[in-house]
Amino acid sequence: MTQNIFRSIFRRYIVITPILLVLIVAQMEEYSQLTTSGTFGAAIRLAIPIMLAGLGGLYSEKTGVVNIGLEGMMIMGTWFGAWGGFTFGAWQGVFIGMLGGALFGLIHAIATVSFQVDHIVSGVAINILAAGVARFLNVIAFEDIAFASSTASPRITGDIGKLTVPYLAGGQINGEETSNLFGYIEELNIFLVSDFAGLVLGFLSNISHLTIFALAIVPLSVFVLWNTPIGLQMRSVGEYPTGSESLGVNVYLMKYIGVTISGALSGLAGAYLVIAGTGIYLEGQTGGRGFIGLASMLFGNYKPFGILMGSGLFGFADALQLRSPKAVHGLLVIIAIFLFVLALKTLFEKKYIPSLISLVLSSGFLIWFLNSESIPNQFVYFTPHITTLIVLSFSNQRIKLPEKIGVPYKKGELN
Amino acid sequence: MKFSLRIASFSAPIIALAISFGLSSLILLFIGKDPIETFQIMFEYGIKGKSIVSIINRSIPLYISAIAVAVGFKMGLFNIGVEGQYLVGSIVAAFVGSQFTIITPLHILFIILIAVACSAMWAAIAGYLKVKKGIHEVISTIMLNYIGTGLISYSLTNVFDEKGSEYELPRTPELPETGQMPALNNLFRLEDLQDLHGFLFVAIIVGIFYYWLVWKTTLGFDLRITGSNPVAAKFSGINPNKLIVVAMVTSGGFAGLVGLGPLLGYFHRFTIDFPTGLGFAGIAVALLGRNHPFGMGVGALLFAFLERSSQILDLNDVPKEIERMLQAFILLIVVVFYEVIRRFIVKQQVKDASKKVET
Repeated sequence: MTQNIFRSIFRRYIVITPILLVLIVAQMEEYSQLTTSGTFGAAIRLAIPIMLAGLGGLYSEKTGVVNIGLEGMMIMGTWFGAWGGFTFGAWQGVFIGMLGGALFGLIHAIATVSFQVDHIVSGVAINILAAGVARFLNVIAFEDIAFASSTASPRITGDIGKLTVPYLAGGQINGEETSNLFGYIEELNIFLVSDFAGLVLGFLSNISHLTIFALAIVPLSVFVLWNTPIGLQMRSVGEYPTGSESLGVNVYLMKYIGVTISGALSGLAGAYLVIAGTGIYLEGQTGGRGFIGLASMLFGNYKPFGILMGSGLFGFADALQLRSPKAVHGLLVIIAIFLFVLALKTLFEKKYIPSLISLVLSSGFLIWFLNSESIPNQFVYFTPHITTLIVLSFSNQRIKLPEKIGVPYKKGELN
Repeated sequence: MKFSLRIASFSAPIIALAISFGLSSLILLFIGKDPIETFQIMFEYGIKGKSIVSIINRSIPLYISAIAVAVGFKMGLFNIGVEGQYLVGSIVAAFVGSQFTIITPLHILFIILIAVACSAMWAAIAGYLKVKKGIHEVISTIMLNYIGTGLISYSLTNVFDEKGSEYELPRTPELPETGQMPALNNLFRLEDLQDLHGFLFVAIIVGIFYYWLVWKTTLGFDLRITGSNPVAAKFSGINPNKLIVVAMVTSGGFAGLVGLGPLLGYFHRFTIDFPTGLGFAGIAVALLGRNHPFGMGVGALLFAFLERSSQILDLNDVPKEIERMLQAFILLIVVVFYEVIRRFIVKQQVKDASKKVET
């Protein structure tokens, strides 16, 4: 029994070791920023767009359509979100952003489902189209408006609203301060307990209403995809379209629904960046987050809560670079120790060359850590992207893809 | 293939062009501009002598970028990372090339080799990650683009920056005279126009080399058969993993040449103004030209023409960004029509074959 537990823990070393290391390093005064509620709050804000894009990818890929166009649909979400937010108000902006994304989802569906274009080709084309359309729309829509340029929109009007839970996180009731239980625990600086309180506080204080709306989509997706007839039909189309067709499932319709929802969620992801984030549309603001969302979907093994976890991880990496470049420096020692553990593990498995490589890299990171005060800004900028690559290289082996993923389906053809 | 089918396969890009211009016209009408007048202005400006030189110069990197992408496409490998690859290659080549002087042909050859090697190595990472770690190349190359951009901006300020220069923005030292590619103006008697980049010759050689590599060598055969039928390829004894790495490295090698047209012919150094986006544009051109060396040439010229001719639009109070829309429309519609026509041709061939069997 105990052996089994140890074995399963050892198998998950890839998740557990970094978490432990982060906790330990966070105890040092210099790197305490690693686990404060502020960092976790920022991590959540940065994780949500990635999570939404990941969920978008899920709906599409479950119906068997690969969606590389998430990034483009997200770009539409940012522009339409900003335009809607500027013209009508925050919530309207969210809705219009979703519509913009859904429209591009629909285009992807038309190309891949009705015309059987290669899914990746269509996705790439969607990304290029979205970049062009967003630039054009921004130029014509905000031509005569102050504070707008060809690559930026004016600030949105209205505010989406924020929530701080009373009693637990010190929110207000009728304008009166209440106690801040988790805040108090966080201040105590007890190993693990305070770090955990920081995490909870990140979820409870200063949380945008849009974040709550977005988080609600996770359980909703579990329900829709695994507990409703339409969800079953959508999944069956991705696994075995010919069989589904013979059972009377409208394969094309299901794929259209899946890809359009995918677009809407990516659009929401983009709108979130604008409305809960910057307040304006900026060209290139999505920064590859659509692709990171796709990575979080792979990391989460096509499960909504897995996607939530994965995006949390990427969001955390992203938050560190924004909150405190100093804390990213702390990551160096974490990477060094992690690589050292990996070197030991591969050594026990008698894989000498990978072990040696890990050891060399580990010492390299250690030397870098000891000889520097902070990481250059330009490196901090790609923390989320390199995290994505590292995480995927260690977690990709156990994925169960939908059976007919990426295979164009034509009615009446056997495949 | 029958003649009528051959005609049909050429119709796709023409239909796509027509529809794209139609859609763009509707949009122009919607924002209150006259589409016919707009396109007329663009065309008149685009065929001026000055514009034509500029179009050819612009099309050189576009064409090479398309070829880099096409090498991957031929075996069903999507190298979206040409963008990062050429930038990484260009900056290293620009710096190393500026550090010494030898006779011109050797100097240029050396710069080319450096750029090709660096870009190929950068692309090899994605090949390694796909083969060893199972990460899809679209995700890894995109991530590598961002990582590359970060590394470039770091090394431009901290490693490759020109020492003791009074210029406030970071830039690499200028290539010495011997490392600059001479222009072709004297050759074509274009004395009164701007420089026609000498890299045009390299682009043509690259096109021929690509054709030879993909259609006339065993490697090319392996690439094509893996692209069209991976299962058959595996059974015929092709090692897919090895091929993935080879294709990725080859594609990256071509990508190394993308930035050299502008570098050797005009900029002579890597600055923060160095052209970006050529990698993504190359994807579009490769799709438009169906990975064919001639088709991609036409595609590159078309996109370069649209880019150049749209420059005049701002003076006529039409947003020049219409050109980006137009390019994107062409791309999306052309991929749809290629598929439609392909299916139509397959259907016709099946019909013909069954007729022959009956008679």
